[in-house]
Amino acid sequence: MARKEPHPDHDLIQGEWTEKTLVEKLLEPVEKPAPRPWKVVVAVGAALTLVWLYALFVTFVKGLGTWGINQPVAWGFDIVHFVWWIGIGHAGTLISAILVLMRQNWRDSLNRVTEAMTLFAVLAAATYPLIHMGRPQLFYWVMPYPTHMALWPQYKSPLSWDVLAIMTYLTISTLFLYLGLIPDLALLRERSTGWRRKLYGWLSLGWTGNAVHWQRYRAVYVLLAGLATPVVISVHSVVSMDFAYGLVPGWHLTVFPPFFAAGAIYSGFAMALTLIIPLRRWYRLEGVITERHLDWMAKVTLASGLGVAYIYLLEIFIAWYAGEPAEWAQQIWRMTGPYAPYYWAMMLINVVLLQTLWFPRFRKNLTWLFVFSILANVGMWLERFVIVVISLSKDFLPGNAQLYYPTWVDWTLFLGTIGFFLFGLALFIRLFPPIAVAEMVHLFHRLRKH
Amino acid sequence: MLYGLMAYFDSPEKLLEALKVLKAEGYRRLEALTPNPVEGIEEVLGGDGRIPWIAFFLGVLGVGLGLFLQVYTTLDYPHNAGGKPLLGWPAFIPVTFELTILTITVGIFLFLLYNNGLPLSWHPAVQAREYVRVLLDEYGVFVYASDPRFDLEGTKGLLARLGAEVEEVRRD
Repeated sequence: MARKEPHPDHDLIQGEWTEKTLVEKLLEPVEKPAPRPWKVVVAVGAALTLVWLYALFVTFVKGLGTWGINQPVAWGFDIVHFVWWIGIGHAGTLISAILVLMRQNWRDSLNRVTEAMTLFAVLAAATYPLIHMGRPQLFYWVMPYPTHMALWPQYKSPLSWDVLAIMTYLTISTLFLYLGLIPDLALLRERSTGWRRKLYGWLSLGWTGNAVHWQRYRAVYVLLAGLATPVVISVHSVVSMDFAYGLVPGWHLTVFPPFFAAGAIYSGFAMALTLIIPLRRWYRLEGVITERHLDWMAKVTLASGLGVAYIYLLEIFIAWYAGEPAEWAQQIWRMTGPYAPYYWAMMLINVVLLQTLWFPRFRKNLTWLFVFSILANVGMWLERFVIVVISLSKDFLPGNAQLYYPTWVDWTLFLGTIGFFLFGLALFIRLFPPIAVAEMVHLFHRLRKH
Repeated sequence: MLYGLMAYFDSPEKLLEALKVLKAEGYRRLEALTPNPVEGIEEVLGGDGRIPWIAFFLGVLGVGLGLFLQVYTTLDYPHNAGGKPLLGWPAFIPVTFELTILTITVGIFLFLLYNNGLPLSWHPAVQAREYVRVLLDEYGVFVYASDPRFDLEGTKGLLARLGAEVEEVRRD
């Protein structure tokens, strides 16, 4: 029998496997006792979530006066963190949707955990606009419903667009995640007993693996990927228009939608690296999440980060070139004002340190990659701080300038969402396989048998 | 009571071959059960070409919903926002887009469940003792005992000749 050339992607699954041992390996996080670091993450996540609930309680009982927001900085940490979390959510949909359409085999090891990351990041993000409302019990006023006051939402305002963009994004990313899980849930149902079997049985909807069902399933999956791709871009574009529609110096820029979209992909990939590098080590997944996977992710981080860095420089140029005194004064305020350390720290991370990813030596160094992935999200946090807080702190009238002082409630609400995110993700990978089993086995089959 | 026969094949090629033979022999009540999508199955069992069309019409519905929502609410409560034209349509694009995607996504997901007969609480093939194999690495054919051509020994022999390991699926 003539030996065929090995598949060009044959090294995406390394080691000696059969379908059975591969499935055993991929289901380990669910079926075997959890490793010690998992317990630590759950404990820390749960503790921070409780603290978060306390800060929410304080906010609801005492009101927004417990936050640092005031005039002119009426959008403070709440909006900074809203944009930060939404941005982080983007890599999940990007990895799972765009890479399906491009038939990238390296996606199959990464899509499940990043989709779950998207779900919890978007949930964390969605809390901020709600609690920022002041009277959160009236949140339904943002929906179009026939009220006794005969009022409707104002659909010429990007804030109304945002409601629908976020809700669509949350719905489509949840459905996409769930659809991908169904075959794995059926497998888990057959392999488990007791309450787990009941849970997986309900959730798998009675999936049998019927070949005709698979055909429809695959068609719908690719279709949803095609729909999710423009949604990723549109959501952060709409978020950016919340700013760009305003006349505030530093916000009123037409470049904002691509700026925000690039930043979202950059921070999302960075967060995916932050999660995947420890996950790979703790669960010994080096055979299925190879260095090549991490290298590809670092390259996408670099590409999207360069887009962000380019627009930083463009912003400076446009502030000068537009000849609008308030814009230029804002730019000088950012670079030399009281917030200058924040601005330059952002530039250091997102422009200078980013360049290390050009070199394979740094991309292959997992310690640096992990440290940089955290730094990149610090950098993106700083970017949102620069855009939201620094822009608002100095507008057209010099007498209006006022600094922003976040309170302990602001900080706790932030740390709390990080805890909620980690807690949710940790529980997710304990109940559902963090790597898409059916897709990996299919990939294995394609790589080895053809 | 005999539900039918479950045949386990070790490759998708054998599965396709067996399905062709069974179809040619006149079997109608059978199901292929596989751990992942099998290429070329639609030539044997028939495909479903409706999904893109359903998605398209859902999209048209979504565009209609989005535009209706915004035009209706604007006319019902006319409001001068920054001196812009009352029905300045470019401002309506984002919401129309989002509602289009939302309508297609939810609609096509429900369509998928409906057409696949899900949620399904019980299925005879799942009662097979070795059923989990077809979710893992093997390719199964389940032949219902109610098939007019079904004959326990004959069908069993045919499946075995096609290279399958055969299991009788009975109610315990």
